[in-house]
Amino acid sequence: MERQVNQKGWLMVLPAILVVALNAVIPLMTVVNYSVQDSFGNNQFFWAGMSWFVELLHSERFHAALGRQFIFSAIILLIEIPLGIIIALAMPRKGWGVPVCLVLMALPLLIPWNVVGTIWQIFGRMDIGLLGHTLASLGINYNYTQEPIAAWLTVIIMDVWHWTSLVVLLCYAGLSSIPDVYYQAARIDGASRWAIFRYIQLPKLKRVLLIAVLLRFMDSFMIYTEPFVVTGGGPGNSTTFLSIDLVKMAIGQFDLGPAAAMSLIYFLIILLLCWIFYTVMSLEDDEPQGGVL
Amino acid sequence: MDLAWMAWTKPTAIFFITIFCLLAVMIIWERISPGGAPRVGILRFETTRGDRLFITLLGSAYLNLLMLAFVGPNLWLGLGLCCVFALAVFTLV
Repeated sequence: MERQVNQKGWLMVLPAILVVALNAVIPLMTVVNYSVQDSFGNNQFFWAGMSWFVELLHSERFHAALGRQFIFSAIILLIEIPLGIIIALAMPRKGWGVPVCLVLMALPLLIPWNVVGTIWQIFGRMDIGLLGHTLASLGINYNYTQEPIAAWLTVIIMDVWHWTSLVVLLCYAGLSSIPDVYYQAARIDGASRWAIFRYIQLPKLKRVLLIAVLLRFMDSFMIYTEPFVVTGGGPGNSTTFLSIDLVKMAIGQFDLGPAAAMSLIYFLIILLLCWIFYTVMSLEDDEPQGGVL
Repeated sequence: MDLAWMAWTKPTAIFFITIFCLLAVMIIWERISPGGAPRVGILRFETTRGDRLFITLLGSAYLNLLMLAFVGPNLWLGLGLCCVFALAVFTLV
């Protein structure tokens, strides 16, 4: 029997299409228009062609911000993914500890970005902050307003504190979905703790880990509020990530043309990475799900 | 409706009209030959013709950025390369 296609379904998605058109497509079109022009305000624009793109692609400032962004995302993934797995493995599977751990894990995720930034900005201060003052008392020069390494450490630890919980919760959900028969079979075979992790838990966590990597990479690649509140991109430009540089250019300097060109390149990088992650995830989904024991 | 705030120019209007025309052609193509013509090409994973259009557009954007970075602001050569790239994607991928 031939499958019937109901075209009325399109009416149902029409509101969503309109919303996407209004809040995504039209602004994107405007950014493309701005990227080939120069403006001095008062809605007056002058044709600039591809010059902003050429200037940006040869700009050391852009290369440095992009490099910092990639390094930051790589560090975040290298810390948060293994740490999230370890914490999820250590969490209890039954009893009163489960809701307690889940609530504790969910707490950092409920705090708004700017509040997280403010918390860590105060926490790290050498005069009144618990962390900064304690480290200073121990003789460690931890001044994130003057030392680039201290600033990077603060931003990284802050992100780890804020977002590792997401990885933990995803991994915990993945671990909870593994049927008990796998563990029973492993016990009969006398498998070690490492063997259980390597051959049962890790393969079963593959999909949630891919989602975790995708979410954390995208989030960390677009990070703005937290480092802006803590360091403002400093000291110098040491924590000026791509998004901070973009806002400085667009709002601080009112260079709408170069900022629009930068936005488009930023958008293309994120689009490419999303597509790669999506393709990898789709390929994982297509693979036959055979038993591991 | 005043669209002056969108700062339209003739080249960008042509660019978006081309994109929308491509999408319209894809819709008509799908109506004529439904199913998206999935196949496994040189990338070793299944792609439909919508995927191939996406790869073409994304690849073209990067090709033009490379041209801007290493050749200069004249993009006619880049456009030619993009056409060759599109042909390659739609036949090989």
